[in-house]
Amino acid sequence: MGMTMTQKILAAHAGLDSVEAGQLIEADLDLVLGNDITSPVAIHEMEKMTVDTVFDKDKVALVMDHFIPNKDIKSAEHCKCVRQFACKHDITNYFDVGEMGIEHALLPEKGLTVAGDVVIGADSHTCTYGALGAFSTGVGSTDMAAGMATGKAWFKVPSAIKFNIVGKPKKWVSGKDVILHIIGMIGVDGALYKSMEFVGEGIKNLTMDDRFTIANMAIEAGGKNGIFPVDELTVAYLEAHSKRSYKVFEADADAVYEAEYTIDLSTLEPTIAFPHLPENTKTIHEIQEDIVVDQAVIGSCTNGRIDDLRCAAEILKGRKVKKGLRCIIIPATQAIYLQAMEEGLLKTFIEAGAVVSTPTCGPCLGGYMGILAEGERCISTTNRNFVGRMGHVKSEVYLASPAVAAASAVTGKISAPEELGL
Amino acid sequence: MNAKGRVFKYGDNVDTDVIIPARYLNSSDPAELATHCMEDIDKNFVNRVQKGDIIVANKNFGCGSSREHAPIAIKASGVSCVIAETFARIFYRNAINIGLPIIECPEAAKAIVSGDEVEINFDSGIITDVTKGTSYKGQAFPPFMQKIIEAEGLVNYINRK
Repeated sequence: MGMTMTQKILAAHAGLDSVEAGQLIEADLDLVLGNDITSPVAIHEMEKMTVDTVFDKDKVALVMDHFIPNKDIKSAEHCKCVRQFACKHDITNYFDVGEMGIEHALLPEKGLTVAGDVVIGADSHTCTYGALGAFSTGVGSTDMAAGMATGKAWFKVPSAIKFNIVGKPKKWVSGKDVILHIIGMIGVDGALYKSMEFVGEGIKNLTMDDRFTIANMAIEAGGKNGIFPVDELTVAYLEAHSKRSYKVFEADADAVYEAEYTIDLSTLEPTIAFPHLPENTKTIHEIQEDIVVDQAVIGSCTNGRIDDLRCAAEILKGRKVKKGLRCIIIPATQAIYLQAMEEGLLKTFIEAGAVVSTPTCGPCLGGYMGILAEGERCISTTNRNFVGRMGHVKSEVYLASPAVAAASAVTGKISAPEELGL
Repeated sequence: MNAKGRVFKYGDNVDTDVIIPARYLNSSDPAELATHCMEDIDKNFVNRVQKGDIIVANKNFGCGSSREHAPIAIKASGVSCVIAETFARIFYRNAINIGLPIIECPEAAKAIVSGDEVEINFDSGIITDVTKGTSYKGQAFPPFMQKIIEAEGLVNYINRK
C-alpha cells in the first residue's frame, strides 16, 4: 500500500521501509523547539530525568517570544530559567531579545528547519514547517523534555486528507483566506489526528509566506500536521536560508487518503472567522451588517512575515487609521523588521497612525501589547478567536488576512480593500 | 485502576484558553494554575470542584494551544478523569504524559449530565453512571499508556525503564 508524504518522512525517521496509518512508531528528531511559556515546564521535567544533558545541543531551539521583552516579574523568571538552561547546556539555537523573533517565522528564516525533517515543538503552531516539506507537529512540555533528552518521540502514524489546490487567487486573496476557507469547510476538528496534505498545480501560485500561513493553521482544523510538496520555490527558499542538506519526499501515487477536496483558488474571496471559533467563517461579501472594530492587529506566527507587511503597507500608504481605532503591527522577526524598515514600510505604518512593535506573540494569546476590554472587538491576522483569547471574556476577535485587517483599520469596520477603491 | 466522582459537564470544542487563560501562563506552578482552572468557561468550577470529580465534555476537548498547563491545571484541581467524545490531539498526549486519565466515549459523553456520579474502570474502559444506573464502553488504554498513567507521567515512566 502506498504512503503519503507525511508517512514517508515518518517511516524514514523510524528506520522502517513502510508505515501505515494507526501504527505506533518511535522517530528520530531533527529539531526540538520550545518557547518561554512551555520551556520552563519542559526544563523542570527534564531535570527529573536521569540524563545529564540534551541529546544534541545543535538540535534544540529555545525561542523567547511569547511574553518578551518580559512583561512582568513572573515572565522574567521564566526567561531567566530558560536562559540559565541554555547557558548550562551550551544550546546553540537560543534566541533572546535582540535576536529572537516569533518562533515559527524565525526557525525557517534561520534555516533550522528544512524539507524532510521531523520536528516537534512545544507550541501548537509548530506545524508551520510543513510549508517546507517537513513533518512538524506541536506537542506539550513533557514531550519536549523527552525529545530534548533522547532525540526521539513516539507518534501514531496519521491518516490523511488531501487538498487538491488549483487555480490562481485574485488580488487581495492570500494564504490566510485559503486556510480560513478550508477550516470553515471541514470544521475545527475536521482533520483531528490527521495530516493535511496540500497538492496540485495551484500551489505554484502560492508564495512561501502563503504556504507558511496555511500550514501554520492546520492545527486550527485539529490536524496533526499540514504539508506541502517541495517545488522550485521551496528549493529557492531553502537554498537562500539554510546550509543544511534537505531531502525531498513525495507521496506514492497509490497513497491512501480518507477524504479529498479540491480548492479552486480563483473562486476564493477574502474570508473572516467570526467569534468564537476559527470555523465560523464568512466571505467579506456575505457580511451584511457593519461590524465596527476597536483594534486591528497585523502580525503573529500566522501573518507577521514580509509579504503580510507589504500587503498592509500597500493599503495603508497615504491613508490614515480611523480615529479611535488602535492599529498594532508586529513584524515577526528582527530580519523582517529590518527589511520592512529598508523598504519604507515602517514609515508608511507610522505615518498612517499605526504602532509598530518589536517581534512578540503578545496580543495573539492575550499576553500583552494590545489586550481588549469588555465589549471590544479586534480584527486580527492571528490564528485563534476563542472566548477571552485576546483579553476580556466579553471581547471579540475576528480572524482575517492582512489585507482585510489593514482595510478595516482605515474604515473602522470590517472591510475589503475594494471599499478603499483598491 | 478506577476513578469515581461527581460530573462537571461541558460542550464541544472546550479550548485550552478557557481551561487556563494565557494571562496566567506566567506561572507554571500546578497549585497556582489550579486556582484559575476553567475560569473563562465556568467561574464557579474552582469553588465547587472536589477531589475525584470528573469532567465530561463533547467533541474536540482541549483544542487550541499546546500548553501542558491545561491538563496540569485540571489534574491539580483534583479531577480524576476527563471523558469526552473526542480530544484534540496535543491535549490527548499531554494528559497522558502528565498522568491525567482521559477516556474517549461518545455515548457516555452525550448521555452523562452535570452532577451525575460516575465511575470509570480504566482496565476495561467501562464507564458507569451510578446516578442513572447506565454503563458505557469507552476505549481502554493500551498497556504502555496505562503504565505511563500509573507512573503519574512520562518522566517517571522513562526513569523506571
